[in-house]
Amino acid sequence: MSAKETKTSKAKPRKEKDLQDKKRPGAWQVIAMPLLAVLTGLLVGAIVIVVTDARVIAAYRNFFQDPLGAIGLTFQTILVAYGALFSGALGSPERIFLAFERLFTTGETDGLVRAFWPLSESLVAATPYMLAGLAVAIGFKAGLFNIGAEGQFLMGALGSAWIGYTFHLPWYLHLPLALLGGAVAGALWAAVPGYLKATTGAHEVVNTIMMNWISFRLSDWLLNGPMKATGYRPITPVVDSTATLPRFFPDPIRLNLGFIVALAAAALVYWLLFKTTFGFEVRAVGTNPDASKYAGINVPRNIVLVMMLSGALAGLGGATQVLGVDHWVGQGFSAGYGFDSIAIALLGKSHPVGVILSALLWGALRNGATRMQSMAGIPIDIISIIQGLVIVFIAAPVIIRWLYRIRTLETEKVVLTRGWGK
Amino acid sequence: MAMTSARPFIKSRLLPGLLLFLAGAVIYLLFGSGVDWSQQATFGLNPTGRTEALVIPDLTLPVKASVVVLSLVAVFLGAWQMARGIRSSGLAVGLVAFAFVAAFLLWATKDNSFSLVGMLSSSLVRATPIALAALCGVISERAAVVNIGIEGILLISAQTAVIVGTKSGNLYVALIAAILVGGLVGAFHALMAVKFKVDQIVSGVAINIFAVGATSFVSSRFLEKDINGLNNSGTFPTISVPLLSKIPVLGPVLFENNIIVFLMMILVVVLHVVLFYTPWGLRTRAVGEHPKAADTLGVNVFLTRYVNVILGGMIAGLGGAYFTIGAVGRFDEVMTAGKGFIGLAAMIFGKWTPFGAFAASLLFGFADSLQVKLQILGIPIPSEFLLMAPYIVTMVVLAGVVGSAMAPAADGVPYEKN
Repeated sequence: MSAKETKTSKAKPRKEKDLQDKKRPGAWQVIAMPLLAVLTGLLVGAIVIVVTDARVIAAYRNFFQDPLGAIGLTFQTILVAYGALFSGALGSPERIFLAFERLFTTGETDGLVRAFWPLSESLVAATPYMLAGLAVAIGFKAGLFNIGAEGQFLMGALGSAWIGYTFHLPWYLHLPLALLGGAVAGALWAAVPGYLKATTGAHEVVNTIMMNWISFRLSDWLLNGPMKATGYRPITPVVDSTATLPRFFPDPIRLNLGFIVALAAAALVYWLLFKTTFGFEVRAVGTNPDASKYAGINVPRNIVLVMMLSGALAGLGGATQVLGVDHWVGQGFSAGYGFDSIAIALLGKSHPVGVILSALLWGALRNGATRMQSMAGIPIDIISIIQGLVIVFIAAPVIIRWLYRIRTLETEKVVLTRGWGK
Repeated sequence: MAMTSARPFIKSRLLPGLLLFLAGAVIYLLFGSGVDWSQQATFGLNPTGRTEALVIPDLTLPVKASVVVLSLVAVFLGAWQMARGIRSSGLAVGLVAFAFVAAFLLWATKDNSFSLVGMLSSSLVRATPIALAALCGVISERAAVVNIGIEGILLISAQTAVIVGTKSGNLYVALIAAILVGGLVGAFHALMAVKFKVDQIVSGVAINIFAVGATSFVSSRFLEKDINGLNNSGTFPTISVPLLSKIPVLGPVLFENNIIVFLMMILVVVLHVVLFYTPWGLRTRAVGEHPKAADTLGVNVFLTRYVNVILGGMIAGLGGAYFTIGAVGRFDEVMTAGKGFIGLAAMIFGKWTPFGAFAASLLFGFADSLQVKLQILGIPIPSEFLLMAPYIVTMVVLAGVVGSAMAPAADGVPYEKN
């Protein structure tokens, strides 16, 4: 271990010299590192797919009789799986080409709709990810780790659904009110751990997780009781059409106004973080709470506000999913959004633009994975495995640098949270 | 104690005293006012089913009179607070909380019977994985490594245990496998935290996400297709300690359990001794409080952290094994349901000591088993709300205690040697 230590201490002067360069030689890495992290995650995912495939294992048992067959089957398995992932996420290029050909020859648009359906579904999937990812990202900026986005997402969905089916208003009132309801429900749900953190120092990681479990139980109760639609299934009534987010294209394509809402929210967060005093304070608290305190920033107030803003974004994510896609809430509605949003925020380096890009990527992966499950029989949970790996690679860039022999050019250190109650 | 001005007196004496009065009134109004004097509650002091304990008569209490006594406890505490001032506010809050829960139980059991021994016993059993998670937290954080990934370790080793147990047909092999896998995940976290100096909370969350994904993947790819061949291990038998299990009430609660519960109780004691009475414990604590000083004195900071986090992972692995081979003999997706996080709260509540963490875990175990028993009693509260109890208790406890609890000074801070 001591040998390693001397190596890093030797590397230090070089690092400082590089920092003095005005050109920022490592700028390309801002894009390359996350992409490499995802790529490496997918590679490891491929290994997992292969080693858990009974046919491939059987082929390797007879490796010496038919080595080429075993290797061929390995690559074929990966190709089938990731091929399904790709075409499920973006559509098959062949079909898109054929559809355009049909359009120009016969003027038919049916094929075009079907060819672009996977891509549009990826955008639909990306919409809530953008908002939930922004929620986690804004927390990171203030040094808060909101792993309760899932609960806030669920409460937002329930809030907007309730407004959506209870009130009967013209659309120009109903839709904004329903969206607002989702944001407020999420904000209130996140305000609890935020307040506890600000006043007692109780760590938000534990409290937001507890709030998640409470929200699951609460929604179980609501869906079986006060918010249950007539019928035997534990789901809410369908929201009024006046509260739904309008869709851009005719039916199978579900891309809706929610996508624009998410982009607008990202723009708003960008403005808030980088162009306002509030945003400056948030970032100051996130970088150094002690210094911020002595500079006169009200740190507890900041913590509560950021948590509420974070919860509002996650709640809005839930609202767009209800009002734009599902139109009702059922059990397990929010499953996975919390952890996904953490991966997205980390992947996007907590920057609104980065979050949009990584949410698009994530939406495509998740959407493609459903097809991979149905076509290649690979459980969709493979995405969670890849996700955990991506987070590790993002948090520990050393691994990626070592794997791909990339030199350290910038001082990068991901410090997002602090210990208990500090 | 001279009263220099009225304001501190009001704030420090009168207000808490009045609050205690109020608590007494609330206890009576909620649980005593609607009850008839003649109603009684029976608390079973003998375990149901086969037991070695001596049989003693059950405890039958008049509900209303008992609730009145309990509310008077709070009122008495309030009066004491106003007249003399209570030094330990924690004790007062604890007593009132106890009175509240006891009164609630009396009210819920009116005209009914309720096995107190069964409840205490299930509290201990339900506290087991929480306590093991908390002990994992204690040993890691005493060496200044925050481990949020305990939940993930529980999940992975729970699945490992059931698969190895079913495949090998030997639960002890399964237990060892679970412990080793827990240690392996711990080693990964240590590598990330100590060597790569990654944000420890991010690394822990990555472990949690990976664990959810990996176990669900294995579940839907293998376990669901071959339940009897992979996911049906059976559970450890109950062991009765000779003689000790004959003690009424305590015997069946403490000395009639399966091996994981016993191991947990032994670990609490062992960890306490190791942490506070051995050179290794002293080094661990030094590394947690002031790594630079420890380093100067020749303690290998990195090695200490590696060993502690790996040992912690093994303890959590034991906790994970409880879920499957210690309780139901089967793995369900995401079956740990936040127990790892509740364990962390128990660790904080127990002020980073093994005994404290154990006591806090018992509290959470009690809240958890209370929820189950109340559903059986059929009280008019929706079961979903009762299921929230452990999580709400966790939040209340964290909020009440964190301000005064001191984490090891270097907790969560990577050590840079230079």
